[in-house]
Amino acid sequence: MKQLGTIYGINGPIVYVKGRTLFQMSEKVFVGTEKLIGEVIALTNERTTIQVYEETSGMKPGEPVFSTGKPVSVTLGPGILNNIFDGIERPLKKIAEQSDEYIRRGANVQLLDTERKWPVHVTVEVGQEVIGGTIIAEVPETKTILHKSMVPPNIEGRVVEVAADGDYTITDPIVKIQQLDDSVVEVKLAQEWPIRNPRPTRSRYESSIPLVTGQRVVDSLFPIAKGGTAAIPGGFGTGKTMMQHQIAKYSDADIIIYIGCGERGNEMTEVLEDFSELIDPKSGNSLMERTSLIANTSNMPVAAREASIYTGTTLAEYYRDMGYDVAIMADSTSRWAEALRELSGRLEEMPAEEGFPAYLASRIATFYERAGLMLNLNETEGSVSIIGAVSPQGGDFSEPVTQNTKRFVRCFWGLDKALAHERHYPAVNWLDSYSEYVGDLSAWYRDNVSSDFVDNRRQIVEILHQESTLMDVVKLIGSDVLPDDQKLTIEIGRVIRLGFLQQNAFHPEDTSVPLLKQEKMMEIILYLRKRCKMLISMGMPMSLLLREDIFSRIIAIKYDVPNDKLDLFDKYKKDIDDFYTKIMDINA
Amino acid sequence: MSIEYLGLDSINGPLVVLEGVQDAAYDEIVEFSVQRTEHKLGRIIEVYEDKAIIQVFESTTNMSLENTHTKLTGRSMELPLAPEMLGRTFDGIGRPIDGLGELNYVSKRDVNGNPLNPVRREYPRNFIQTGLSAIDALTTLIRGQKLPIFSGNGLPHDKLAAQIVRQANLGKANDEEFGIVFAAMGVKHDVADFFRRTFEESGVIDHVTMFLNLADDPVVERLITPKVALTAAEFLAYDQGMHILVILTDMTSYCEALREVSSSKQEIPSRKGYPGYLYSDLASLYERAGIVAGKPGSVTQIPILTMPNDDITHPIPDLTGYITEGQIVLDRSLEGKSIYPPINILPSLSRLMKGGIGENYTREDHQSVADQLFASYSKVNDARSLASVIGEDELSETDKKYLKFGERFENHFIGQEDDEDRTIIETLDLAWDLLHILPRNELNRIDTGMLDNYFNKGR
Repeated sequence: MKQLGTIYGINGPIVYVKGRTLFQMSEKVFVGTEKLIGEVIALTNERTTIQVYEETSGMKPGEPVFSTGKPVSVTLGPGILNNIFDGIERPLKKIAEQSDEYIRRGANVQLLDTERKWPVHVTVEVGQEVIGGTIIAEVPETKTILHKSMVPPNIEGRVVEVAADGDYTITDPIVKIQQLDDSVVEVKLAQEWPIRNPRPTRSRYESSIPLVTGQRVVDSLFPIAKGGTAAIPGGFGTGKTMMQHQIAKYSDADIIIYIGCGERGNEMTEVLEDFSELIDPKSGNSLMERTSLIANTSNMPVAAREASIYTGTTLAEYYRDMGYDVAIMADSTSRWAEALRELSGRLEEMPAEEGFPAYLASRIATFYERAGLMLNLNETEGSVSIIGAVSPQGGDFSEPVTQNTKRFVRCFWGLDKALAHERHYPAVNWLDSYSEYVGDLSAWYRDNVSSDFVDNRRQIVEILHQESTLMDVVKLIGSDVLPDDQKLTIEIGRVIRLGFLQQNAFHPEDTSVPLLKQEKMMEIILYLRKRCKMLISMGMPMSLLLREDIFSRIIAIKYDVPNDKLDLFDKYKKDIDDFYTKIMDINA
Repeated sequence: MSIEYLGLDSINGPLVVLEGVQDAAYDEIVEFSVQRTEHKLGRIIEVYEDKAIIQVFESTTNMSLENTHTKLTGRSMELPLAPEMLGRTFDGIGRPIDGLGELNYVSKRDVNGNPLNPVRREYPRNFIQTGLSAIDALTTLIRGQKLPIFSGNGLPHDKLAAQIVRQANLGKANDEEFGIVFAAMGVKHDVADFFRRTFEESGVIDHVTMFLNLADDPVVERLITPKVALTAAEFLAYDQGMHILVILTDMTSYCEALREVSSSKQEIPSRKGYPGYLYSDLASLYERAGIVAGKPGSVTQIPILTMPNDDITHPIPDLTGYITEGQIVLDRSLEGKSIYPPINILPSLSRLMKGGIGENYTREDHQSVADQLFASYSKVNDARSLASVIGEDELSETDKKYLKFGERFENHFIGQEDDEDRTIIETLDLAWDLLHILPRNELNRIDTGMLDNYFNKGR
């Protein structure tokens, strides 16, 4: 580490070094006598511009700036899961051990624990040819996840020495590789990777498997594929965070990277507390065993907020390289965009729309493009799915972050203020939202759930659209004047909204629902509709049908039919038949 | 002995530029002496080699390029702290103004504070009963929460905040462990007097620390007032182990002061001229609420803001809502119907309520009842707009029941006397009474089992 300059000017998180310097673009630097971490973001003949990842109060012109010669990187290795980090992968638990309840600046901690010994099983032999990505060792990182240490992507050659199976730290050499130019490198359990560079893969696949979330409006109506991208825009209080929590808890991804980007401190605490207690149904262990949290709360330094998104994505790509399905929850990408705007403003760049920098769209694009189902360098398959929350200003979806995000994601789950006000959660608006994956995933649904699934889904969506058109009329003239078949559409629409779309996150049965139950629920609603239609076509008035309690009983199925007792649906089918016969008898 | 610089290089609104300084630090506090008689404070907001841009906390009137002496203090803005701060009144930057003399300070702390480490926070779960049905049942206040009141000019937000302070059971029965920190930013004299009178009448004035920056006090000083108040609150909560309720009023004045300074710094504005960092700046205040694991005290915040033109999408309420854990929204049309407190429950929300209500905290049916009231009341609005088109007589029987429910709900559930203190059990029973107006099959937010238990109970 050598000094390459002295501070000339300070403006919030931006620090200038005067004159022509030897710093590199995107280089990690240490700024000032307290050695705060920073990154070089612009170089000219006149000055070098550095963004500092910590509070700069008290810093003075004339203090030194040190070069590291390396870009801002994260350490990748065992110890990432079941842990919580700040925006540049500093472990918050270690910071708490070093100081008190506050995060003070200049905390000097190792990114991953270098003293802990991991039980290592080495999977390569001397003489074996290896390439970047080859798995060299396996470590049971948590009860749920087997960590696979890999040869860093830029190394290739022949193994000349391996360590015996046993306990090692992440800095102990595990294998030695003789590279093509005859130089020998040591490969350890951990490696470093610059956060702004995507980790290389062999090729990208089109995904045909859904990321099953247990949330009906997602899985049945607007599904996301493994390796897909989705945006959740919504004004405050519409339930973005709640929806992210639900997906993080119940989705069938192997690993969850939860990025709290500029959000509330209490929410991160909640995730930490909840996930430690909740049991992952797949593994039987706590959810934290498969989760890593990146927390840059809204009162932490803004430059680290910009980095936190990349840090989280790099961690996700690392686990993808091992062959896992990883899902990133980014809450909220708007705070990241605002961090870009704030830094851009301090740099006095020419603003585009609403003060956001002109490169907003390209930054959003490069972020979402890091998602995908990939063939990794080591021939395993893994995926990174990105689900990003968007917090539009004033709840208005026409603002730049929502609009630019919409261009680069394939799932759009628009949250609606009016639905949230009547506490219809998840408040996903079924008219505005869409998923471009429906077609890609149809075959999977047909083979794995039911041959009728896609068709049922289509019918449900159609009814909802018809209902919405009819409701416009009802708002003007009341429902009494409508013909009976339209009244039926409104009633079935109500059953779908209350009994199917609405899902109670706090109800033990309803919080996550298996696909098969979702399918059965759609089926039974459509069966009810079919029977009612027959009655109406025979001239029975809707008012007569509504006297029966069958509609509210179908709505209550979500609570009354446990997720593991799906044979109860046959009884409901019989009840609908009885209801049909009863009406027929009365009117015979 | 630090160097004093004579003269300035430019004065522009609240900003002055001083060149030729040595050893100036970013965010450092400087002292000015004008004509050797008047003393002012300022903060360095930008520094380039030997040139410092300084924001003056008081007005720059009387300052000239020649008559001002500037001294660097070598520290950032600090607030001296003492347990006896309770019961005292200070100005907007923390100097006592009640004529009771200096305090016996025990420590000093940077007013900017530091972010709380999320691993050291404790998730807030303790219900605070305010005795107001609309808040207790539907937007429950939790100890350690930040729950703002979104209001408009002329709406009774002060009266509501005062009632919450009077009725909220903040501490235990002996009342020794609670305190109130009141920060006024740009409010009128009579508002400050109203709060002081309320605190006196309810006998809590010994537990109140007031920081006053009134409407005619310097604008820039306003930027420091909430920071000073929260520093005092953190000291009392985490060092002295008290449960502190912080009232910040009016956040709108604070944001306007921020905009004023930003524009005189010639920063690139984002929405409505507010600076791009308004979100981060507000977050650095609101995030200072909470509970630290293993420490006895807590900081609960009730910021009050007046929405310009009653517009909830205005940047100030909008960004606030994204940071705080919910909001209580006051509504002019309810005020017009003489309903007090005029809380519009539909846009109101408490994000922490889910963890602090239910079987072990309030009653098992609380969440379901709340969901049902929200759902049913939102239907009332549909029925009302339909009635205004086709006339009330033409409505279906169910819609007529909704109208009746809506009227009773607004007058008897939301509405209450300004000294009426309802227990949560009374509030929930009242809610069931109102839900009986509706047919049972309309109550689809409540679990079948719970409906059997409570619906028709005792009827």
